[in-house]
Amino acid sequence: MSKFRDLVIAAGGLAVLALPAHAEKLGLGRAALPEEIAAWTVEVFPDGTNLPEGSGSVADGEELFSEKCAICHGEFAEGVDNWPKLAGGDGTLADKDPLKTVGSYWPYLSTVWDYAHRSMPFGNAGTLTVDETYAIVAYIIYSNDLVDDDFVLSKENFLSVEMPNAGGFIVDDRPETEYPEFSKPACMENCKETVEITKRATVLDVTPDVE
Amino acid sequence: MDEKERENRGLALDRRTFLRSGAAVGALAAGAGAARAEGEPDPLITEVQYWANGWGDGVDASPYGLPIEFESDVIRRNVPWLTADVISSINFTPIHALDGTITPTGCAFERHHSGAIELKKEDYRLMINGLVDQPLVFTYEDLERFPRVNRTFFLECAANSGMEWAGAQLNGVQFTQGMIHNMQYSGIPLRTLLEEAGLSNIGDIKDKWVYVEGADASSNGRSIPLEKALDDCLVAIKANGEALRKEHGYPVRLCVPGWEGNMWVKWLRRIEVTDQPVQSREETSKYTDTLADGTSRKWTWVMDAKSVVTSPSPQMPITHGKGPLVITGLAWSGRGAITQVDVSLDGGKSWKVARLAEPGVAMAMSRFYLEIDWQGEEMFLQSRAHDDTGYVQPTKTQLRAIRGENSVYHNNAIQTWWIKSNGEAENVEVS
Repeated sequence: MSKFRDLVIAAGGLAVLALPAHAEKLGLGRAALPEEIAAWTVEVFPDGTNLPEGSGSVADGEELFSEKCAICHGEFAEGVDNWPKLAGGDGTLADKDPLKTVGSYWPYLSTVWDYAHRSMPFGNAGTLTVDETYAIVAYIIYSNDLVDDDFVLSKENFLSVEMPNAGGFIVDDRPETEYPEFSKPACMENCKETVEITKRATVLDVTPDVE
Repeated sequence: MDEKERENRGLALDRRTFLRSGAAVGALAAGAGAARAEGEPDPLITEVQYWANGWGDGVDASPYGLPIEFESDVIRRNVPWLTADVISSINFTPIHALDGTITPTGCAFERHHSGAIELKKEDYRLMINGLVDQPLVFTYEDLERFPRVNRTFFLECAANSGMEWAGAQLNGVQFTQGMIHNMQYSGIPLRTLLEEAGLSNIGDIKDKWVYVEGADASSNGRSIPLEKALDDCLVAIKANGEALRKEHGYPVRLCVPGWEGNMWVKWLRRIEVTDQPVQSREETSKYTDTLADGTSRKWTWVMDAKSVVTSPSPQMPITHGKGPLVITGLAWSGRGAITQVDVSLDGGKSWKVARLAEPGVAMAMSRFYLEIDWQGEEMFLQSRAHDDTGYVQPTKTQLRAIRGENSVYHNNAIQTWWIKSNGEAENVEVS
């Protein structure tokens, strides 16, 4: 035990040595200008914070989606090949292979707007105008049967769109559900009677060849 | 995606497996050794070899060196059917072939969401804004003037082993546990930069966040509790002593020790102190864990204790026959230091305590060894990590009992390799 304590003390001493002395501000960097902050602070929060003024219709969104998004996500947001499916999957989350889409899984509409505006289209990010983004998001939620075909999405009605899986998330509960269970003393001998193979990777055979 | 679905899409892969290629490598090695006739002198010793009488390369033959050609198979590899495109994809560290704990940078796995960008130091800007006293912009040169620390951390993708949830799938530790690397970072504590901008009006730090984003097209924005940001996060400018590689976020990335790799934003360009999480794509639609009843855990940031035997393993069959055998592997925990690793040769019926190469370091990889006398018996080889919280790495059965089989992320289950009497190894699940 004393050995352990010495180790802890030694480690503590090391840590003190390794950390830079707590200093006053160094005066490095410069003040960020309002235009610079505005240019980069574009993330949209669930409560609509940072959402710009604007609007877009499902009809406009359908055209824009066909032109800018459908090559990967499909004309109906159903997805092409391995690219993300944005529509469908309603009620599948408890199934063996859940289909997670904007409609079936995403808890906040702000996330859709934020991601489309900032990071899409893939390979041409940041090129959608504010109104185009509203329109494309309107089309995506229309494709998930969340709004009618005459819907126009705007900053004003943004928070009125209900996301089906908004209540489907819980905060990480491993500290309660797993850590006590997985912190019991480990068995070292006679831990089980028999060991049988239940699954084999070579039967599935999906490993890339190394040659 | 199950096999049938893959075949339907024409993505079925070559049927040759690691077992065969591994055996081929083994045969070659045995062949070279066997050139010496029994009892005869070894010509490698008795005859002058070309490397012993001529010249080797001069200095500067390779101003920045790569491994020797004989090691050309020790490389990152991806799984083509896993993602739609390599621009937004992942590859895997060849952990089967490495030793020690530091991952050589050139083969440390990559994960990009919009490709690895080229951002010059002179074009680099880091903004700190939001609920700070004075929003600031730093250049790369500014960052070099802050006091730095050196820290070694593992970075594990939350999806590491994700393809193994439903059953043994990929036959190689590179693919089953290789979304991980361990590097020594030099950088500035994030706390230092936040304090430079000033947190005097922040109020209670427990309900505040930082939103961090990268300069690439994906931005990969993530919300991190301010408490974590002030605790041990690092703004890294070097890894393993050299500038970050492009694929690891040159010139600046964030380290979030012990937490899932997706949060370690590369090409870090902005840190905003906020009073709520952004709920970005990467923290809602991805990196959340769906349970059997369809509800999903969010904010599952911590990577729990995990270990795996790296050799022998499917890519590292036993080729030397009976006798002394070194079993080795890696262990890590996002909640602290590794204190013990156990190895089972019989699929978990009994366990032996392995030897840690060095005392465990919090949020860094540990290397373990167990030396045995192998007499050609079949083994179900497993390893089990303990960390300094008292947590013991669970079996997949234990995890499934709580989470079901729909999870993708955070699979830290015990891995089993079936070692056959000829030394070949296969990824299996056992009862």
